[in-house]
Amino acid sequence: MTLECTVEVSVGEFRLTSALSAADGEVLALVGPNGSGKSTLLRALAGLVPMTGSVHVDGRDLAAAPPEARNVGWVPQNAALFPHLTALDNVAYGIGGRRGRDAARDWLRRLDVSDLETRKPAQLSGGQAQRVALARALARRPRLLLLDEPLSALDVSARVDVRRALRTHLADYDGVTVIVTHDAVDAVAFADRVVALEAGRVVQDAAPEEVTRAPRTWWLAQLMGANAFAGRATGASLAIDGGGTLALAEPVATAGPALGVVPAHAVTLHRERPRGSARNAWPVVVRELVPAGARVRVQCEGRPNVVAEVTSEAVADLRLGDGEQVWASAKATEVTVVLL
Amino acid sequence: MKSRTPAPMAVAAAVGVCFLALPLLGILVRAPWSDLGRLLPSDATLTALRLSMECSFGALAISLVVGVPIAWLLARRDFAGKGLVRALVTVPLVLPPVVGGVALLLAFGRRGLVPLHLAFTTWGAIAAEAFVAMPFLVLTVEGAIASVDDRYEQVAATLGSSPLTAFRRVTLPLVMPGIAAGSALAWARALGEFGATITFAGNLPGQTQTLPLDVYTTLDRDPDAAVALSLVLLALSVGVLVALRGRWRVAGR
Repeated sequence: MTLECTVEVSVGEFRLTSALSAADGEVLALVGPNGSGKSTLLRALAGLVPMTGSVHVDGRDLAAAPPEARNVGWVPQNAALFPHLTALDNVAYGIGGRRGRDAARDWLRRLDVSDLETRKPAQLSGGQAQRVALARALARRPRLLLLDEPLSALDVSARVDVRRALRTHLADYDGVTVIVTHDAVDAVAFADRVVALEAGRVVQDAAPEEVTRAPRTWWLAQLMGANAFAGRATGASLAIDGGGTLALAEPVATAGPALGVVPAHAVTLHRERPRGSARNAWPVVVRELVPAGARVRVQCEGRPNVVAEVTSEAVADLRLGDGEQVWASAKATEVTVVLL
Repeated sequence: MKSRTPAPMAVAAAVGVCFLALPLLGILVRAPWSDLGRLLPSDATLTALRLSMECSFGALAISLVVGVPIAWLLARRDFAGKGLVRALVTVPLVLPPVVGGVALLLAFGRRGLVPLHLAFTTWGAIAAEAFVAMPFLVLTVEGAIASVDDRYEQVAATLGSSPLTAFRRVTLPLVMPGIAAGSALAWARALGEFGATITFAGNLPGQTQTLPLDVYTTLDRDPDAAVALSLVLLALSVGVLVALRGRWRVAGR
């Protein structure tokens, strides 16, 4: 399934003009400051706000179709489960009949919330409600799945839990997913591509690593300035695929595939091997310097590759330049672990 | 520690409560309790009671059928003249019922703008009661709908429901307590309707003479019977009040 759209929406003074495209099974992370139009774009794709332009899903233009004829799954913030229906009836709502209830049972089981079938939304935790809302959207096998900040209202442990569920199910899902997020960890954990909006326009549309390496705007640099290291976590360390190890502040509960996320501003560069409290230090070669406002993002090659964000004074002091051999270091407490 | 209540405030409030309670006490004290068995089951009373039930429930049905859609439009849609519609809905609340009756006569009477010949018929009594009762329903239900997050309807739409289906399956169940409360208020107002009914529909026993009109007519001739009838109306009103308890809140909040 594919998505090709050009969306224009006017709400009072605000104008949104965005073009998006995605291929089968692709996950797009939609990021941007408050008021940049992320939720509006999602609602336009769902058919919930008047728009001009086109929304081609699998070649068919849905722009003129009402929301009920689009077969688009939309999960708004805070899940918005129907308060008068049980979890099961919420999931069955979009299908109906006996078939709907059977399918709903199946989806609740897939999302590990079978035991909550008879509960009303008021009796669900935030994480459980998100799982049920996701089941409700997926049960209709939508061609396009739109998730509006699915993790933002959750506490830390629920966030870890739902993030894992999302990853599993997005990997299986063959439609296009667009996920609005405020969290760089989600963007690098889920997305094949990051689409950044500012003031109603797309300012960057690239792979997460590319946005991390060279964010086009200051806001993006702040958000996406994070390194993501995929590997296998065991105890308090992460063995990175392709070489290198990261020390973690706390041991993981269960060993398994994981992502270690380190903000670029938490990576420091040194001429000599550092002898401080930082538990992680490894030699790297400077490959590229990209100015980002008053700071400079330094792309380094090593085991692993890493992006460090430093001040322009530091660049001068350390005489950083292409091909220079330096040491990168990061405190274990700066590593966020995402279990996959 | 309990906050102190200023004496003038307490005294004024006590006077007010007495003013509201004494008339009710009056009915209870002066009711011809020993004669109730003889006074109430009379043919005239039963006829008036039956007519009152028909008219008040008829008025409630009309109010529900047209009032709920008005409430939904006011709560959920923007359209030209919305302020005017809301004002029109509110007018019967502030209009003297007698004036409402005259207005109905000019609109739907024999020589009215739309000559439906409703005047001085049972349908006229129902129309008069619906006219004064509908605002209670519309305003209560509008408040209930407005307090329901409109994202529920939007999610329902993305799950394949047309706007009407979404209203029926999602909004309606969520605002049921509001509809129950609005219905109780509107029905009670219709049951007690006097001014518009007597002006538009007259006071014809068996056709338009509802309980309140019966009370008024009987008061001269047989005060005991009038008090007994008042007791019946009082009992019905208290019944509504009891049924309403706790029904104000919207489900799921």
